[in-house]
Amino acid sequence: MNAPALPDAALTGGFASPPTQSARAFRAVLDAMARPGTLHTVTGALPPAPLSVAAGVAILTLVDGTTPLHLAGPADCAAVRDWIAFHTGAPLVSAEAATFALGTWSDLHPVARFAIGLPDYPDRSATLIVEMDALTAEGATLTGPGIADSAHLSLPETAAFQTNRALFPLGFDCLFTCGTQIAGLPRSTRVEAV
Amino acid sequence: MTPDPNTDRKAWMAVLAKASPSRLAALLPDLPDHTLLRPAEVGAVMLRGRAGGTGAAFNLGEMTVTRCSLRLATGEVGHAYVQGRDRTHALQAAAVDALMQTAHAPDIRARILTPLATEAEAARTLRASKAAATKVDFFTLMRGEDA
Repeated sequence: MNAPALPDAALTGGFASPPTQSARAFRAVLDAMARPGTLHTVTGALPPAPLSVAAGVAILTLVDGTTPLHLAGPADCAAVRDWIAFHTGAPLVSAEAATFALGTWSDLHPVARFAIGLPDYPDRSATLIVEMDALTAEGATLTGPGIADSAHLSLPETAAFQTNRALFPLGFDCLFTCGTQIAGLPRSTRVEAV
Repeated sequence: MTPDPNTDRKAWMAVLAKASPSRLAALLPDLPDHTLLRPAEVGAVMLRGRAGGTGAAFNLGEMTVTRCSLRLATGEVGHAYVQGRDRTHALQAAAVDALMQTAHAPDIRARILTPLATEAEAARTLRASKAAATKVDFFTLMRGEDA
């Protein structure tokens, strides 16, 4: 019944000033989603390896006890589980039941298993937090809501996002994180390979 | 069933959670050196109960609580969930929880926990005795038609 005491690293690395830091981080995530292809810098969280700062900030800001989280690949380690347990209390679940999923693009595959919502409730879908080795505003061409003419983002692939766009208004949304940078790709964005 | 190794800690955390913020502040005027792991934050918890202690669980109501986690300079981690919205209360309760894990534990217990527990017990007894004074015993006399 008694859980062993959490290791030290699980207790540190949260927001020092949660009200202001989480509000700023939420604004950055909101802007990233509203203007696909733009990069935003977020700070304040120090999650354990292998998570990036931006992924940690996204977790602290978006995830709580009411949002089931799926950890994919190397992100599903004891250090990350403990850190998420102390700071957010989110239940860790399988990919099919998750409202948030965290991992690299290859770890998250196949992405068709994530929730895409229901016709009556398209909001009951998953948001994928994709860890990237590099994140730059070049690469695949993005068009659609929130983009004046066109934008570019170094996406890991294009086919999966085209399939996802075809499901609109259903589909999953993505946040890409690398270091302290975060970018968004909502289901409404049309993606074309360059 | 193995005995719960956390019984002692549960007991002192309960005393701290229910203590009056001003009384705890008077008993612990100076906080030890610490770093905050989770700054004090106010929230609500749903209290659940069971009718008669055995019936189906029901939601009794929400209660305001404040929680805080900190680490002392010497490494001990203290947690606190206290009733009400007094952030200083949560901070001090977490500090006492951490100090109870150090070598200062007997001193802290004598100086802070024992007075708090004694006062809480006295208040409970006073209230119970006031309530007991209003107790009415009903009894039924034999009624004529039953004879």
